[in-house]
Amino acid sequence: MNRDEFREGLRGGFPIMVAASPFGALFGALAVDNGFSIADAVFMSAAVYAGASQMVGIELFGNNVQPWLVVLSVFAVNFRHVLYSASIAKHIRHFTLVQKFFAFFLLIDPQYAESERRAERGLPVSFSWYLGFGLIIYFPWLVNTAIGAVFGQLIGDPKAIGLDVLLPIYFLGLVLGFRQRDRFLPVVAASAVASVAAMHFVGSPWHVSIGALAGVLLAACLPQEREPGEMPAIEKEA
Amino acid sequence: MDAQHLTLIYLIIAAAVATFATRVGGYVLITQLKHIPPRIEAALNAVPAAVLTTLVAPAFVYGGFDVATSMLVAFAVGLRLSSLRMLLVGWIVVMVIRHLIL
Repeated sequence: MNRDEFREGLRGGFPIMVAASPFGALFGALAVDNGFSIADAVFMSAAVYAGASQMVGIELFGNNVQPWLVVLSVFAVNFRHVLYSASIAKHIRHFTLVQKFFAFFLLIDPQYAESERRAERGLPVSFSWYLGFGLIIYFPWLVNTAIGAVFGQLIGDPKAIGLDVLLPIYFLGLVLGFRQRDRFLPVVAASAVASVAAMHFVGSPWHVSIGALAGVLLAACLPQEREPGEMPAIEKEA
Repeated sequence: MDAQHLTLIYLIIAAAVATFATRVGGYVLITQLKHIPPRIEAALNAVPAAVLTTLVAPAFVYGGFDVATSMLVAFAVGLRLSSLRMLLVGWIVVMVIRHLIL
């Protein structure tokens, strides 16, 4: 371990930790609102460590969606990480197997983006730097989840204090974060129409899979413009 | 521990394994595959926006006047500002409608 690079990682991750903190608390509060205990919420933050998919998970769990569909949805929301891990491969090939295990576990959007940026500037993507950057975000994420969960238990009716609009707006913000991608508008339009129709004709939770499938199939069927192998732009989470 | 809580614990573990799989998957694939077929790549690329849209659109259509208004205003804010500000503005709008107007 290189102390200077570890500290450099801590400094780099600090602003992201601050920006992510309210979302950790929000997750904790909403998790409790959806039937989680405080320990469950912290356990999920510690084990999954992927904010957006955790929100999706508690929302579906709270609506009594079948467990396999909850896991599938978490998988689907996190699918972009496949692209990150493919693209980061060339920078972390020198990590040991154990180091790679930790590196992949901590591979959230900003971790990926900053690693790519660091490599681009010719700086070494060392394990010390990577771990420092990751841990300063990881542990506060757990603490903020616990804080949010504690306060969430004190809340009676979430509608009276406007908690129920936060998740749709949060997801709306995430959708907007993808708007630079190819075929964004047709994909969103197809998924929106299909999910609204499925909600009406089939009912929850099927609107999620039916709506998502419509957008994904459309993207595969539309004429392909981009050169194969080119990586898409990174979007920031939260 | 009752059965429902046990289901939740297993659910969280499964979600964690699924998430870890996505984070390792690309590395494993890229060291095997030379290149991904463009249509598969386009489909994968569309997954997050497609999934997330299904959690937004029905809430907007079936959520009622207060939720829809708050989401519209948040959308306008989100084109320019961070998602944290979107949440704040959307929350203020829904609280004003619920407690002061309706």
